Amino acid sequence: MDLIIINIIDGLIYGLLLFMLSSGLTLIFSMMGVLNLSHAAFYMLGAYFAYQISLVIGFWVGLIVAPVLVTILGALVERYGLRRVHQYGHVPELIFTFGLFFVIEESVQYIWGRNMVPYNSPESLNFIAINLAGGSIPAYKVFMLLVSVAIFVALYYVLARTRIGMIIQAALSYPKTVEALGHNVPLVFMGVFGVGTGLAGLAGVIAGPSLTTFPGMAFLLGSIVFVCVVVGGLGSLTGAFLASLLIGWLQTFAASYNIGAADILIAMGYEYPKDVYYHPWRDLWTLTLPQIGPILPYLLLILVLVFRPYGLFGRRDS
Amino acid sequence: MKIFKKLTAMVMAIGVLIGSSAFADTVKIAFIDPLSGPFATTGSNGLAEWKFAVEKLVNEKGGVLGGKKMEVVALDNKMDGKESLIQVQVAIDQGIRFIAQGNSSGIANAITDMVKKHNKRNPDKRVIFINYSAVDPALTNDKCNFWHFRFDANADIKMDAITDVIAQVPSIKKMYLIGQDYSFGKAVAAAAEKYLAEKTSINIVGNELHPIGKVKDFTPYARKILASGADAVITGNWGADMVNLGRSLSESGFKGPIYCYYCASNGITGTFGAAGKGMLHLVGEGLHNPATPELTAYHKAFKAKYPKWDLSQPRIINAAQMLAAAINKAGTADDMVAVASALEGMEFDSKLLGTKVLMRAKDHQAIQNVHVGIHTDDVEIDYDNSGYGIKIFKTVEMASMDSATSCKMKRP
Repeated sequence: MDLIIINIIDGLIYGLLLFMLSSGLTLIFSMMGVLNLSHAAFYMLGAYFAYQISLVIGFWVGLIVAPVLVTILGALVERYGLRRVHQYGHVPELIFTFGLFFVIEESVQYIWGRNMVPYNSPESLNFIAINLAGGSIPAYKVFMLLVSVAIFVALYYVLARTRIGMIIQAALSYPKTVEALGHNVPLVFMGVFGVGTGLAGLAGVIAGPSLTTFPGMAFLLGSIVFVCVVVGGLGSLTGAFLASLLIGWLQTFAASYNIGAADILIAMGYEYPKDVYYHPWRDLWTLTLPQIGPILPYLLLILVLVFRPYGLFGRRDS
Repeated sequence: MKIFKKLTAMVMAIGVLIGSSAFADTVKIAFIDPLSGPFATTGSNGLAEWKFAVEKLVNEKGGVLGGKKMEVVALDNKMDGKESLIQVQVAIDQGIRFIAQGNSSGIANAITDMVKKHNKRNPDKRVIFINYSAVDPALTNDKCNFWHFRFDANADIKMDAITDVIAQVPSIKKMYLIGQDYSFGKAVAAAAEKYLAEKTSINIVGNELHPIGKVKDFTPYARKILASGADAVITGNWGADMVNLGRSLSESGFKGPIYCYYCASNGITGTFGAAGKGMLHLVGEGLHNPATPELTAYHKAFKAKYPKWDLSQPRIINAAQMLAAAINKAGTADDMVAVASALEGMEFDSKLLGTKVLMRAKDHQAIQNVHVGIHTDDVEIDYDNSGYGIKIFKTVEMASMDSATSCKMKRP
């Protein structure tokens, strides 16, 4: 029972981290109508920037400055890269972001090397915050949780309750009309792209010390973020939120329980083979849930696309 | 593109031929390991260690065969099996008779097969394979041959040492085995099961493999290990999988030791820092601390020349010196049967690493002291310039000296 509660909390922390990435991605998608394939690269940049700053000044300065740097970089990419490519249609945009991913990934390896870097959580958060029957949750994880929740609330407030949010939402759906009303739509786009990548950067800053800062981090998390966005429905913030939590829990619980195919087969009435290592069905008999855990989100992705092609909360049908 | 590649290869080959003819009186070792791509750091680190060992321990002490210098020729195999075989051929075509490789047992298996065939077909141009790191036990068992020499302790010897040490720790009653889901992870788990059952009454409470390089968050694994009541963990994990597993375990409140094969250097020691103190128990030959005065001086000189790299694969020190000794004993660097026979059964007193090394004749597996060391900042020689390193906890003298082998060596 205690394990279940701990798993729920762990899954929540992981899911909210995914949300920080997928929220920016889904906003950018609503805007451009195109997936930003380089999104996870900005996540990695956030972590490496924060690492560099933490070496010189400290973790807390990095927490603020690194996402700002990533935001500026993202805005520059939109202003001088994507905006030019935009006029040629969606495919060039997609290819542009695809190329950008590798450029950023290789640049990071060139500057910081191919080994992992020692980017660690600050001393002041190196204590156990919660103790739950045999398992402990470090203060840094609680801090991650709080930052993610704060971002979710702030994002929701800005988009739903402020004038800027109304203009953004209007510009997403009816750019021509909003432009006719005298608003600078390209600036809105630049801002959304900047903030979207900045959110990815912030996710990197807080995930770096927990999930390790190394050159493969973008690739490792990148694919799963697309799953969150597509399952939630492209362009839907609520969808991205729920899908991120769902996938966070799915992965955590799948890795937690060693339910094997053998258990199910025995329950179905089959007999466990005597020398399982030489059995023709050995791979099936020895299969366990944690081993198939990483592919479960992709299975979900396929099922959602088959039964609800627009995702759980998607509205776009163009 | 292909023509271009071929042309550049030809131009480079000609350049190398011209270049090498100028130094025709050196004894060359072809170093074939990844020098580009994701694994380039491991390869480059090994190359630095080889170059330094050959320079300091062989050439500065008079070289071989009365004054000839030894030279390390670096060839990039990009961590690819096919590319490795091409590079072996390149080395052979250049007249190089010694092939050194270590990263990946898969590649070592391919090279040992190729060397075996080549030596059979070309008795006048035979080569010797110096395997300085690949630890797949098969290389000195079923797949052994006269031309292959392993200087590292293989995976079984290391597990033998780990379990010798564990048997002396009475507080360990429950063990959790976790590893990456591929051949090496499975080999570690199988060896751990076997030796734990032979030597101890420890209960294995978990034995699982996780997808390699795909687990983003190890927290659920750590929770499970904690819930199982395990007192200690054995893992063959490397890279980010090692760091994330260790970090999740310590964050989740796990207090026991983690026995590991690859939990030092290459950024791992630096990333763990204080978090790994007392937790990580590394198994390996030639661990540095406490260091002999000779090793301290050697390390200092190494760091002066290669500040970025570590002495992460100390057996290279033995390999370079033993090869030089074998060439001297054989009195030739051209007759490989003589050199291999000299190396076979050689006993070497490694002053730097404070161990005897015996190149066992029946399977060409180096027998040496194997240690289990603890990650700590109480060290003279650190890794990753982090102030942290590995200090020897227990030593198994001449580990697995009498272990069985299925090797049926055919000698020419």
